[in-house]
Amino acid sequence: MARAPGSIRFILNDTEVALSEVAPTATLLDYLRLERRLTGTKEGCAEGDCGACTVLVGRLADKGGGGERLVYETLNACIRFVGSLNATHVVTVEHLAAKDGTLHPVQQAMVDFHGSQCGFCTPGIVMSLYGLWLTDENPSRAAIEKALQGNLCRCTGYEPIVRAAEAAAGARHAAAIDPIARTREAVTARLKALRATETITIRKGEDCLIVPADAAGLATVLTEHPTATIVAGSTDVGLWVTKQLRPINPVVFINAIAELQRIERADAGLTIGAGVGYSEAYEALKSAYPTFGRLLDRIGGEQIRNMGTIGGNIANGSPIGDSPPPLIALGATLTLRSKAGTRTLPLEDFFLAYGKQDRKSGEFVETIFVPALPAGDLFAAYKISKRRDEDISALLGAFRISLDEANRITAARIAYGGMAATPKRAKAVEAALVGQPWTEETIRAVQPAFETDYQPLTDWRATGAYRMLAAKNLLMRLFLESAGETAELRRFEEVA
Amino acid sequence: MDKSTFEDDATIIGPMHGRLPHDSAHKHVAGTADYIDDMPEPVGTLHGALGLTDRAHAEILEMDLSAVAAVPGVVCVLTAKDMPHSNDISSTHLHDEPVLADGRVQFHGQPAFAVIAETRDIARRAARLARITYRDLPPLIDVAEAKAAGGELVTPPLTLARGDAETELQRAPRRLKGQMRIGGQEHFYLEGHIALAIPGEDDEVTVWVSTQHPSEIQRMVAQVLGVPSNAVTVNVRRMGGGFGGKETQGNQFAALAAVAARKLRRAVKFRPDRDDDMIATGKRHDFLVDYDVGFDDDGHILAVQANYAARCGYSADLSGPVTDRALFHADNAYFYPHVRLTSQPLKTNTVSNTAFRGFGGPQGMLGGERIIEEIAYALGKDPLDIRKMNFYGDRESGRDITPYHQRVEDNIVRRIVDELEASADYRARRAAIIEFNQSSRVIRKGIALTPVKFGISFTLTHLNQAGALVHIYSDGSVHLNHGGTEMGQGLYTKVAQVLADSFQIDIGRVKITATTTGKVPNTSATAASSGSDLNGMAAFDAARQIKERLAAFAAERWQTTVDKVTFVPNHVKIGEELIPFAELVAQAYAARVQLSAAGFYATPKIHWNRSTGRGNPFYYFAYGAAVSEVSIDTLTGEYQVERADVLHDVGRSLNPAIDLGQIEGGFVQGMGWLTTEELWWDEKGRLRTHAPSTYKIPLASDRPKIFNVRLAEWSENAERTIGRSKAVGEPPLMLPISVLEALSMAVASVADYRECPRLDTPATPERVLMAVERLKRI
Repeated sequence: MARAPGSIRFILNDTEVALSEVAPTATLLDYLRLERRLTGTKEGCAEGDCGACTVLVGRLADKGGGGERLVYETLNACIRFVGSLNATHVVTVEHLAAKDGTLHPVQQAMVDFHGSQCGFCTPGIVMSLYGLWLTDENPSRAAIEKALQGNLCRCTGYEPIVRAAEAAAGARHAAAIDPIARTREAVTARLKALRATETITIRKGEDCLIVPADAAGLATVLTEHPTATIVAGSTDVGLWVTKQLRPINPVVFINAIAELQRIERADAGLTIGAGVGYSEAYEALKSAYPTFGRLLDRIGGEQIRNMGTIGGNIANGSPIGDSPPPLIALGATLTLRSKAGTRTLPLEDFFLAYGKQDRKSGEFVETIFVPALPAGDLFAAYKISKRRDEDISALLGAFRISLDEANRITAARIAYGGMAATPKRAKAVEAALVGQPWTEETIRAVQPAFETDYQPLTDWRATGAYRMLAAKNLLMRLFLESAGETAELRRFEEVA
Repeated sequence: MDKSTFEDDATIIGPMHGRLPHDSAHKHVAGTADYIDDMPEPVGTLHGALGLTDRAHAEILEMDLSAVAAVPGVVCVLTAKDMPHSNDISSTHLHDEPVLADGRVQFHGQPAFAVIAETRDIARRAARLARITYRDLPPLIDVAEAKAAGGELVTPPLTLARGDAETELQRAPRRLKGQMRIGGQEHFYLEGHIALAIPGEDDEVTVWVSTQHPSEIQRMVAQVLGVPSNAVTVNVRRMGGGFGGKETQGNQFAALAAVAARKLRRAVKFRPDRDDDMIATGKRHDFLVDYDVGFDDDGHILAVQANYAARCGYSADLSGPVTDRALFHADNAYFYPHVRLTSQPLKTNTVSNTAFRGFGGPQGMLGGERIIEEIAYALGKDPLDIRKMNFYGDRESGRDITPYHQRVEDNIVRRIVDELEASADYRARRAAIIEFNQSSRVIRKGIALTPVKFGISFTLTHLNQAGALVHIYSDGSVHLNHGGTEMGQGLYTKVAQVLADSFQIDIGRVKITATTTGKVPNTSATAASSGSDLNGMAAFDAARQIKERLAAFAAERWQTTVDKVTFVPNHVKIGEELIPFAELVAQAYAARVQLSAAGFYATPKIHWNRSTGRGNPFYYFAYGAAVSEVSIDTLTGEYQVERADVLHDVGRSLNPAIDLGQIEGGFVQGMGWLTTEELWWDEKGRLRTHAPSTYKIPLASDRPKIFNVRLAEWSENAERTIGRSKAVGEPPLMLPISVLEALSMAVASVADYRECPRLDTPATPERVLMAVERLKRI
């Protein structure tokens, strides 16, 4: 089949779809519910926080080693744009049961263990559990909770849902009716054929939607449309549309650009493509900087981590983004690219002021380089939020401390989110620390320096007084943990 | 007669007391359970959006809606003057709740107009284009502020008194006064409000609406339209959660949809965005409790005086009965020899607060439990010992009378607490925790056992009635309808079990049908945990009538007496003969026997005189208790619930699977209320936590890490309820008061348990840390 230029093509359950008219702001959820009458997928919040709209999306991903694989990930249909779906396989709850009505083992377990009450969150929960079922044959309770971080249920208290997930994991005998396993090969072949090799452009009136096929194409597009909205995971831009009703014309979807999704490991450090999602970065970051992994586990829910990118978290310049503080503490640099070439700058210099970043017209974030942690350096990142998981930080502290053999602090890089208008280093605290012995007395002595560095605001997440006190205490936590004291609550020792 | 068939089939599927899955479970998981937004829309359906104001308190000087109306696709814009008969939807008939603000804004986000457009997206976008000119008035946002400003009330307060609290407080060997702030709560039903109105002939309109109270919607729509109730039919098959938030709060959307549908002769749907839903609809009341307790050196309570001030918002709504119920539960399970309790339902410039699972009871009980904590810390005792010595006594003990003069006749709280104390190993764990806290520098633990005693019945006595409509068709299949609504609590399943059990037929033969005002009239809200008590009995009554007719017919046809006719699994036994149920039904039909009946039930025994503060407002009490263990981080205030053990009384359970689900779910919902769920208004009176990104209900990873929930299997309702069961909807919500108190103990450890931490709610990590800091300085 010849590729229809200017159309978005994907597979919806078992039907291939080609859309030549797609509004830049059209969401997958509205498409499913209004145009396809697939009403099993629900709208609970339209902001990616409740999970009632969870669907699985399959895509071909280069996971390194064995070349491309068809991977299925849960995501929030409410903030995923139809324009970003080219060459994917969208699977909704309607696709799970067999044609004769026999439920999938995940669905049956939810019935058997009384995992639904009002039932409105249930299709989304089923899809999240199905996503887990596909990838984990024996999930721990921690893994189940992680899979459910992006799903709110107001009725059950979750216990029966967790029990259902455990029971479903064992119910593999019925895998014959698993709709994804059944079509994996055929879908892989179809998605390869659907992949665009050149830029897709869809225009109608003022609407303009562009999907570049590669980074060079993106650079070209941005030369032509320097004010375009660049959308990677749409976990932020999605809300501009659903909540603020903001126009995003022209929009450029970059989630299909393979070059931006690479992670390169070298002795000097990690180079992370701007389009790498949190979930994909997880293993690399966790093995290099263990507490970074624990932090990533607490960013959004699974659906958001499958959609959202580290590049996007940086580029949108939020003062409460979770990845900039640890990256700044680690000394990360950012490479921006445009048609004219590339430039590299320290990440902390990218954040100029509230909502203002050092991204010039026509530029996009290409990679983030994270230096390796020198042996013996301490590193930690601590997030504080009202609710442990899937919450926006009240504050987040990240620390890299270098010590000499006499246990004296030779260098300190400390950055906080939630304490200022941008992610910001604690330079006064750092200066006060350097040259001092790594002792509790030192920590106490430098605490007043926090007040030089920060004057945090009061809002609905926390008062300024709490932010300041907790910020000081996080440095103490780091010290106490380095001294062998238990100073942080862990729900489970190790998250799967 | 082939007897083997019968013997193979000796029990029915789905009897009363059976562990049946929710009737819609299969549809829930398959995505085929239809909520109102999933129903096919009538051709030409229009969509509405609310136009919200952005002042907490102001006069509207001018409302320029020309830009709104000019948007292509906008069909009409409604304001207060477009309400055909009345702009009033106050459920109290106090005329204090307009459909749309008329000249005066009373809370930030109060709807002042509605846009009707070809699509929902157009309506939402157009609604933001209004230009409203205001004259600002000073707003009162906070409950303490309202109290200080003179305390204007939205509804008359209540006083409950017995004995002479003032004198006894003065005479008591020890006396303590304190104050507690209790936060409100957003319902966060996963399915937001929605109404779809379809115009009919003449003055008729049919409204599909996500509501716990179809009859109220019917009355309000009729009132706003100026048509009789018989012109309005309200339907609801299921809600995606209600929790009290859909008792009165759906009125506005239904009324607007109906007005637009009548005016435009097209179907009109209102489905507010989550933010609009959270901003424009009421929540659980927050309270400011001032308490004063006198006690002796052992910890016996001698007298209690307390005032419960509540943030009611701008109108009365259900604030009267909510604040009443707070007082009814200020004693929880404890006898107050002398007592004086007052309510103060304060008017504020915030959204009008409403029903929420527990209906004031949880806030009342929380104040009572704070008093226990105060005594325990003052005396250096385990709070459980203080609880036990103050429990209501047995009948005629002289310690069995409540502040509202009802005797507690079914008291099982001691047995519940004793069993749980043993099964959860409370004493040994408490000792181990105290030891742990001595050596742990940063992480501290706490444990608490708290009881629940919750009164069951609507306190407005006349609401305690229900109807059901049962048909048997000539093929033997059964159609069930009743006035209760299904919001996930399993009411439809339980009532179907009652019917299956009554007729002794498999539950698969019973068709559960959507609640509609056209089949059962004048229903009460599905609220106050009363759903299965009332509707189960009404369905039972309908079945009884049909069974009596069938039995009379069988006795006549088979030439025997009625007492020889019994309903056995899927058959009727007539003398020695077994006739399949459907066959008897077919014969009865042919013999012109009426196979339809309307059942009815009114709760006996209850009466309540609000002006004297005396009566028996409750038919019975439901009991329970929980032990919770928590860990806190004293550097950040973060915490986790390590374990919870629950023993709960549902009488003889109608469906243990569903009841366990209500208990587990109620616990976690109550835990959210007391911990992470924070409603935060800014200085302008704007609610800033109006979406799940900012308002944090519990996740799977917040539930107790170990969660042991058991029913008190031995319990049976002392009253003649359906199957001797007890209500289960609300009582479990109060079990996690044990979580709050465990947090409090962990905080208290930093001052060696010498000081009551007076932890207010929600006990966010910030409140926990700030309490730790306060106590460290003592």
